[in-house]
Amino acid sequence: MNEINNSILTLILLLPLAGTVLVALAPERAKLPNWIALVTTLITFGLTLHLPTHFDKMQSGFQFEISRLWIDRPAIFYHVGVDGLSLWPVVLVGLLAPIGVMASWNAIQSRRKLFFALFLIQQTAMLGVFISLDLMVYYGFWELSLVPMAILIAMYGRKDRPKAALKFFLFTFIPSAPLLVAILWLYSVTGSFDFTTNQILIAHGNFPAGALFWTALAFLFAFAVKVPVFPLHGWLADTFSEAPVALAMVVAGKLGLYSMLRFHIGLFPEQARAVAPLLVGLAVVGILYGACLALVQRDFWRLMAFAALSHLSLITLGIYGLTLTGWEGAVYQILNHGVVDGALFLLLGLLYDSYATSEINAYGGLAAKLPRMATFFVIASLAMIGLPMLNGFIGEFLILVSTFIGVSYGWAIAATIGVILGAAYMLWLIQRLFYGPESTLVASKSPDDLHAGHLAVLWPLVVLMLVMGLAPMLWLPIIEKGAHPPPLKSLNNAPLVMPQSAIPVSSHTEGLR
Amino acid sequence: MNPLDNIFRILPEVILTLTGVAVMLLDASLPSPFPRRYLGVVATLGTMFALWGSLFQLSLPEGTGYSGTVETSAFTVFFHVLICGIVLVALLLSLDTLPEDSHHQGEFYALIVFGAVGMCLLTGAVELLLVFIALEISSIATYILAGYRKHTARGPEAAIKYFLLGSFATAFLLYGIAMIFGATGTTQIYEIARLAPAAQNHAFILAGLGLMLVGILFKVSAAPFHVWTPDVYEGSPTPVVALMSTAPKAAAFALLLRVVYEMLPTLRPVWQPLLWIVAVLSMTVGNLAALRQQNVKRMLAYSAIAHAGYLLAAFAGLGSSGIAAASFYTAAYAAMNVGIFAVVTLVSGYDEKLPLINDYRGLIYRSPLLGSLLIFFLVSLVGIPFTGGFFGKFYSFAAAVGGGAIWLAIIGLLNSGLAAAYYLRLAMVATQRLDLDDDAKSVTPHMSPQFGVAVGAALLFAVAATLYLGIRPNWILDAAESGAHTLQAPPTEISTPVNVDAPQSQR
Repeated sequence: MNEINNSILTLILLLPLAGTVLVALAPERAKLPNWIALVTTLITFGLTLHLPTHFDKMQSGFQFEISRLWIDRPAIFYHVGVDGLSLWPVVLVGLLAPIGVMASWNAIQSRRKLFFALFLIQQTAMLGVFISLDLMVYYGFWELSLVPMAILIAMYGRKDRPKAALKFFLFTFIPSAPLLVAILWLYSVTGSFDFTTNQILIAHGNFPAGALFWTALAFLFAFAVKVPVFPLHGWLADTFSEAPVALAMVVAGKLGLYSMLRFHIGLFPEQARAVAPLLVGLAVVGILYGACLALVQRDFWRLMAFAALSHLSLITLGIYGLTLTGWEGAVYQILNHGVVDGALFLLLGLLYDSYATSEINAYGGLAAKLPRMATFFVIASLAMIGLPMLNGFIGEFLILVSTFIGVSYGWAIAATIGVILGAAYMLWLIQRLFYGPESTLVASKSPDDLHAGHLAVLWPLVVLMLVMGLAPMLWLPIIEKGAHPPPLKSLNNAPLVMPQSAIPVSSHTEGLR
Repeated sequence: MNPLDNIFRILPEVILTLTGVAVMLLDASLPSPFPRRYLGVVATLGTMFALWGSLFQLSLPEGTGYSGTVETSAFTVFFHVLICGIVLVALLLSLDTLPEDSHHQGEFYALIVFGAVGMCLLTGAVELLLVFIALEISSIATYILAGYRKHTARGPEAAIKYFLLGSFATAFLLYGIAMIFGATGTTQIYEIARLAPAAQNHAFILAGLGLMLVGILFKVSAAPFHVWTPDVYEGSPTPVVALMSTAPKAAAFALLLRVVYEMLPTLRPVWQPLLWIVAVLSMTVGNLAALRQQNVKRMLAYSAIAHAGYLLAAFAGLGSSGIAAASFYTAAYAAMNVGIFAVVTLVSGYDEKLPLINDYRGLIYRSPLLGSLLIFFLVSLVGIPFTGGFFGKFYSFAAAVGGGAIWLAIIGLLNSGLAAAYYLRLAMVATQRLDLDDDAKSVTPHMSPQFGVAVGAALLFAVAATLYLGIRPNWILDAAESGAHTLQAPPTEISTPVNVDAPQSQR
């Protein structure tokens, strides 16, 4: 068992790469690349399930850890491990991969080999980001995740592909330049790229405060663009409306938000506390701005993009409220967002494949023609809106409660208004797409409703939404383990995180000064 | 003393010279119907042999030969191996792409090999006059190679431009040598290092250093001495560009390292800010100009200028870290640059029917292998992790940060963001779908490159080197580090044997 625990993360990381090689070597015959990719991603998903089942909930800190010297000078270690923060995101990436393959099953008609090979490399890069505990290895995967994405957008996107790919790449590549300098500077003062070593040294060492401030800012900037945080969201709408469905599912949010938790607040708690008010403000602006823009979009991909901006900003709010409840809610909401967006994108992708337009007004009255699709779409939307009993509710509730108690009433009320607007644009989207009189476009074609393959993907997702909404305690204990306070040099009389309970008891637990 | 000792000190050069002479003699004596392509095979074998000769030099005790004029050390071996490797790839590339009926094929191969002699000698010379001679040997060979396509207008233009400006640059170098000789009374680098700090005519030494830097920076095409680069690259045959954008630059960088770190380390306060300025200028000028290019080779020429800038950033590093970083970058840059020029050769052909970026439209659909290779090398040039380009930049900027020049690293990395824009533009064009394109020009018949064995081997070599340097560069790093140590060590210690694989405790 120990053997498996030691090598499980490496296996998870290497399996998609092995799949890439297989896809590249296999002949491009019929759907062979699809099948290889599907089997690979399913096995990877199975392996990621090993993590929660063997995770020791009594123990905090990293588990399944492995550390091997990779490059001698400077000493870069292949150091991987997961804790409560990264465990579920890893499983989420595992879960979304086969769904992505299913979503591309018919959508990708030509050059399947290249598509699935790059898709699998993208998997490895994303998994690598979540499990790396060496700053250089982390940076390596962080950068690597850009390349397959950019090529896939450029080759398999919709209309204005090269522009969108270039925009996506440059927007995320340029901010990582300061990130690399910051990592190098950290190395030059701490002599290590190791996450834990750096965490301890920064907490206890006497580094120049000014330099640390800029270092922390460089980290934050790179992550904020990736999330994206308002006003750095310039790439999001184009990427969402151009990227192939399978990629749009995986692109937004998760990497950036996780990195904020782990590498910004985790490494620089003091500096994070200093900029937290700014980020809370930007997050609330992002929630409202995204929601308002989503209300006026005519293209459903762009609507989803601004909806994503709104939801990701809500998660950012949970993170930079700097409360334990907020963190739990944030990690939970990252998972929700992945699951719900996965389902919605799959459905919208099918619509786009059938009718070849993303113009909302061209649709109407689909429910009569495609009853199954309408049902699933409504359920997923309700989960996204945060209807109680579905998963979105738990995450949003935790984040909003933590904001009310830990941050300020004003921001919390503003954020809640954003959530209400979220209900408005999603329900309006449903109304315009599925109800009302049948539009000429819808009347002109009668595509097949969801078939067994789609149902095989959507049913588990819907069940998952329900279970996550009813029994969050299956997930939260592990997340709680990861949301431990990072070591602080001075506690400054205000605790960084609240006591370990979902609803705080004291009214003095202000997360922010 | 073993009489062969002196010969062993210049073993690779001797082997290369003999190869070059043999190629020329065979060319003259063989009957005309005999395919001259086989001369290229002879040159290739000779270069392989020279590569072995360089590695053999590792077993020699570190030291000098021919009365203290040529040195063998881990440093020289590192660059010898690098240069021989580049020449090998360039020869393999030429074997398949040089047209069968072209005249003077024998001379072509002989000149490449003679150029390599000069470059190898340049990295080993510790006597400034020998440095000058070596530089001339390598330069003259490349001048001629640049004008090899005589029937085009651009070929002779490139050659004459390169020759005139290059002669100026070497004149500057020579003038600088004369100044330094005037101040110290010697041209031996160790002696200069010993005498220079106490020399009375300090102004002469400063002037000499400045003039020498001009000459060397011209050779590495760093801004503001870069104006020749795009024209020369555009006019020269692409396999030659693959060679001359890497090998002579590697040799010139070795010389620069030797001059600033070994000959005049005490003048660091003088040359350091100069190199900073040149580094920033090169990156910025190179990248900004590259953004506006329509011709692929011109774009890559400006990219080469920018890369010279990234490399010069390593000179901000203290101690051996800067030298090691610069050596490593030279290797990484050579691997990916030779690779991309090989791809360009195959796409546009010897006579360059497809010189423009827009001609690459849809390359990946017409030739998936070439398209993928193009994107791979572009990704490495951008500096994405797990490719050689990343670690090259990484060590260079790490050295700069370690030397306290954080701002230089920031400028450099922002520049590499800028550079991503034009590299990606080419990649995006290559992935553009053809059906959207009604421009008939881009679909030319010449898009079925034959993959000969030699070209295949050259590409495989470049890909393997780029990946190796990006994934597990430990050996090369060790070699670069021990090279850096031999360059840093004071001349009194040069009798200690060199072991490239032994990890150095001192950082």
